[in-house]
Amino acid sequence: MSENVYIIGAGIHPFGRTDGRSGREQGVYAVREALGDAGLDWPDIECAYGGSAAAGAADIMVNELGLTSLPFTNVANGCATGGSALAASQQAIASGMYDLALAVGFDKHPRGAFNAKPSEYGLPEWYGQTGMMLTTQFFALKIQRYMQLHGITRTTLGRVAEKAFRNGTITPHAWRRSPVDLETILNAPMINDPLTKYMFCAPAEGAVALILASEKKMKELGADGVKIRSIAVKTRPPDSFEVFQAGVSIKEGGKPTVLASKAAFEKAGIGPEDIGVAQLQDTESGAEIMHMAENGFCKDGDQEEWLANGWTEIRGGKLPVNTDGGCLACGEPIGASGLRQVYENVQQLRQRGGERQVQDKDGKGPRFGYSHVYGAPGLSAVAILERT
Amino acid sequence: MGQKIDPDLWSDGPEPHLMGGKLPSGEIVFPMPVGDAATDVEPYKLSRRGKLWSWTSQGFLPKEPYIGPGSAPGEGPPDFQPFLLGYVELPGEVIVESRIVDARLEDLHLGMELEFCVVPFNAEYDTFAFRPATSAESKAA
Repeated sequence: MSENVYIIGAGIHPFGRTDGRSGREQGVYAVREALGDAGLDWPDIECAYGGSAAAGAADIMVNELGLTSLPFTNVANGCATGGSALAASQQAIASGMYDLALAVGFDKHPRGAFNAKPSEYGLPEWYGQTGMMLTTQFFALKIQRYMQLHGITRTTLGRVAEKAFRNGTITPHAWRRSPVDLETILNAPMINDPLTKYMFCAPAEGAVALILASEKKMKELGADGVKIRSIAVKTRPPDSFEVFQAGVSIKEGGKPTVLASKAAFEKAGIGPEDIGVAQLQDTESGAEIMHMAENGFCKDGDQEEWLANGWTEIRGGKLPVNTDGGCLACGEPIGASGLRQVYENVQQLRQRGGERQVQDKDGKGPRFGYSHVYGAPGLSAVAILERT
Repeated sequence: MGQKIDPDLWSDGPEPHLMGGKLPSGEIVFPMPVGDAATDVEPYKLSRRGKLWSWTSQGFLPKEPYIGPGSAPGEGPPDFQPFLLGYVELPGEVIVESRIVDARLEDLHLGMELEFCVVPFNAEYDTFAFRPATSAESKAA
């Protein structure tokens, strides 16, 4: 990489349900917010990358935004759509070819759990027909074994959800804005044991747009930029255990999250102890717990102590996690979800977090923000941002 | 007995086995690959006995392509029958995802001895499952 790349504009369409507005229209809304934030107009943007999983192609947005003839690449990369769009725009600028790029992700899903077609994932029909091809089952099976091996309790699962809904109450872009107490979370209907209704995120709607700039352009504009210190995207290594697997190797393989995290820290030249705020994939409560360890923030099993002591809380936590309520409070519009995490870190690093602002020791807000997205069929994207 | 939900998923006979594949490297995989991916993969009869590796319950009616109880025209969530499922480690072979039958959620634990069985799935099809191993077979194993 040659050029330093900065995020100079961030826009979001509130997550949740917005009847009467398509996923792409929510994307256009987010782009306009990001342009306004950066003090730019649409014709200033030199190239764009974006996509959705279920709400159509992104490049059609030029109908609303303006026919400026810019190259607009559609990204269709499942849960990593946002992460891949961000990585592509970062590379476009780092290469020196462009000075201003857009990364955008949006989505709008029907209610209820995601349903996937076996053939699209190279799986036999019986796997779906017999009711085993559900993402929720994978997460339950992964955390169930993890709890047995590392002594994680159901109460700790509940605490993760309780924190998410509490953070959601102070986040304007969140979907779930009311607190839910621990008792209610633990006693709610069981979806896939050990995970109750309140421990799962739900498919939703929303959009995020980020405007990236070269250092030269940022200085020229006098923009309030956050530096992209590193980005790493990794798919699954041999013998790993991922979503949608009828058979798993008896050899314990690597994990895409561990690989992406290590690569991102290595490129950034910093370690987990340097991070001041983290957004970790929390498809359900257990995912946040396991991802704390997979991303190197604690040892397996230590999450029990972390959650009991409030170490991932905005106030007084040594590493606030999912400060906007994460997927649990925001829902999961696949194409936008990974970019929402980056958006939240941009807000935190620019000290625009409002009631949910994380305060670092120097009173300037966190210096490093970490985001991690995970999804089918076993891929992870990590981005580390720096306030400069 | 209904039809097999997939004709190649398990072997026929009084003691059916789940069918996996043996790769040229010696690694055992499940299910047996199909099409070009099956090149050089030998069909492999998997062990009928294994140990519980992880488990969960399915408490809600899955969407398509699920074709079990609750999914037929005119049926809905009240017709759905919650079920248990898990991963079963077949020693030295592979870990397979399966329904778990004849057990209660609270009885399941890591390393629990299980055995292969064929169970009715819907009006038309049978599917495979694992159930707690009987003590007699445990001694024989």
